[in-house]
Amino acid sequence: MTVTVERTGGRGRGRVVNSTRRQGSSGHRRDSYTLFLLPGAVAFLAVIVVPFLMNTGVSFTDWRGVGSPEWSGLANYRALLDDSEFWTSFRHSLFMVVAMAAVPTAVGLVLAAALFDYVGKRFGSRWAAVLRACFYLPQVLPIAVAGIVWSWILAPDNGSLNEVLKAVGLGSWQQDWLGDPDIALYSVMGVMVWVQLGFPLVVFMAGLQRVDPQLYEAAELDGAGWWRRFRHITVPQIRPEIYVVLTWCTIAALKVFGAVYVLTKGGPGGATNVPSYFSFTTFFEKTQVGYGAAVSTVLTVIILAVSLIGLKVQTRAEDAEDAPTGVRT
Amino acid sequence: MTTALRRYPVLIALVLAALFMVVPFLIVAVNAVKSPAEYSANGPLSLPEGLYLDGIKDFWERVDFGQKLVNSVLISGSVAALAVVLSVLNAYAIGIGRIRGRTWVLAFFVLANMLPQEALVYPVYYLSKEAGLYDTRLSVIIVFTVIQAAFGTYLLSSVLGQFPREIIEAARIDGANKWQVLWRIVVPVSRPTLGVLLVFFFIWTWNEFLLPLVMLISNDNQTVSVALGVLQGQRLMDATMTNAAALLGVLPALVFFLAFQRTLTRGIAVGAVK
Repeated sequence: MTVTVERTGGRGRGRVVNSTRRQGSSGHRRDSYTLFLLPGAVAFLAVIVVPFLMNTGVSFTDWRGVGSPEWSGLANYRALLDDSEFWTSFRHSLFMVVAMAAVPTAVGLVLAAALFDYVGKRFGSRWAAVLRACFYLPQVLPIAVAGIVWSWILAPDNGSLNEVLKAVGLGSWQQDWLGDPDIALYSVMGVMVWVQLGFPLVVFMAGLQRVDPQLYEAAELDGAGWWRRFRHITVPQIRPEIYVVLTWCTIAALKVFGAVYVLTKGGPGGATNVPSYFSFTTFFEKTQVGYGAAVSTVLTVIILAVSLIGLKVQTRAEDAEDAPTGVRT
Repeated sequence: MTTALRRYPVLIALVLAALFMVVPFLIVAVNAVKSPAEYSANGPLSLPEGLYLDGIKDFWERVDFGQKLVNSVLISGSVAALAVVLSVLNAYAIGIGRIRGRTWVLAFFVLANMLPQEALVYPVYYLSKEAGLYDTRLSVIIVFTVIQAAFGTYLLSSVLGQFPREIIEAARIDGANKWQVLWRIVVPVSRPTLGVLLVFFFIWTWNEFLLPLVMLISNDNQTVSVALGVLQGQRLMDATMTNAAALLGVLPALVFFLAFQRTLTRGIAVGAVK
């Protein structure tokens, strides 16, 4: 990329300066760039701003999708407070945050460090790249397809998991993984860990590439073992990546929809319902549009709060890093 | 083997873990080529006795899978191209033009990017019905062009913010107008980043589920994801059909993965930390 930059730059400088033109346009130069924003502004207004405002507005009304909405003030939100289905779905969101943010980040960190620091150095980067690709593979799979694959593996009769258990003599462990209300949520969580793990891993491995190898060499000379190097070099050095990944994954966990739709449809008996599936059914199956809008508005507020907190933590960490605290090894 | 185990315990553990990640793909591939009789006789874990492709063929014809592929390619391809153009225009104004109030404009795009689709889906559904665009591929293309461009604008703005200004100044002095600077200098120089965005937008749109599920109800317009998801949701498929469906859903993803592996892993690094 730098090569291109220099070449273009060199050609530009070689030409004759056209000073009249420069003077003529300099007055408006800054703001006429605004024109380039015009298509984007129109498109965003139509597809994001207007629908979002409509949705928020509708959440204060009683509307079934036909006729004109009737203003009902905070009635929908008050009803939400007493709706156990609503509270359950948000409690399940916390489980999803564990399965899609906490566990993949923690496991991803250890895996990334092991692949980078151990496999990459001892067996060559080829091995590390192939293993990384294996872990990343589920990430490119459409969530609907991942759902099909897993609902078939977890099927009670003839499902692969139950067959494996029988084959290794653990037949008594067989379960109706997605059909038993006590287990279904954990099964969905397991699938989501499988889906999500590759993302933190790849980001962390990329982050590790900018860590100065001398840090590791120095630590090794001082006799620090793998675990101490992991704790005192790897984790602090890629802290920015950890914050970004945690924020992104938490938001993704709060939005999870496709997996629940395909795996369990929120069932059995609401055991795996999540806010986004709850709002979907309220919109399109119960056609209580006002109520569904209230659910999605609450979800939006929570997601924006998480994003802001994530952003804040991230910038604070960056500021702390800029301060001259010296290198800790 | 035992000496290997003793010498490389970490490597062996990692290989086993990686295998666990890939096993579902292998099971699907193995079972998609079994006949129903063989499947019910031997269960899902046996190796196939022969190559039975009728299951896949039946499924393909039954759901008109070719049409679904065309729809997915059309929608994802259009979205990727249009969203990159829109992102470039926005980012040119913000990152290079440094328009007034750009921090707020950028904050707006970041917010738009975070917004859950649940908060847009009903009005988008309602408005597209009013506009006569409901159940058309065009409606999905428009919506996702904007949604993907929110991320693209955010990413490209910071990339273009570091664009060497001397080059732009030099071209301006040469008499190039802003439009020419954009297409002849900024876009060619930023091509690697734009390529990453293009690939990402394509795959993200390919994998989208909620909005296409709501917007595309007729069989002729559905994408691969939606068609397979709906079939699964209806619980109408037997085991062999499910396998065929899973295999046909997995294959395009595998193709993208193999084709774009480098772009994908490099692109994530670009996206995650500015």
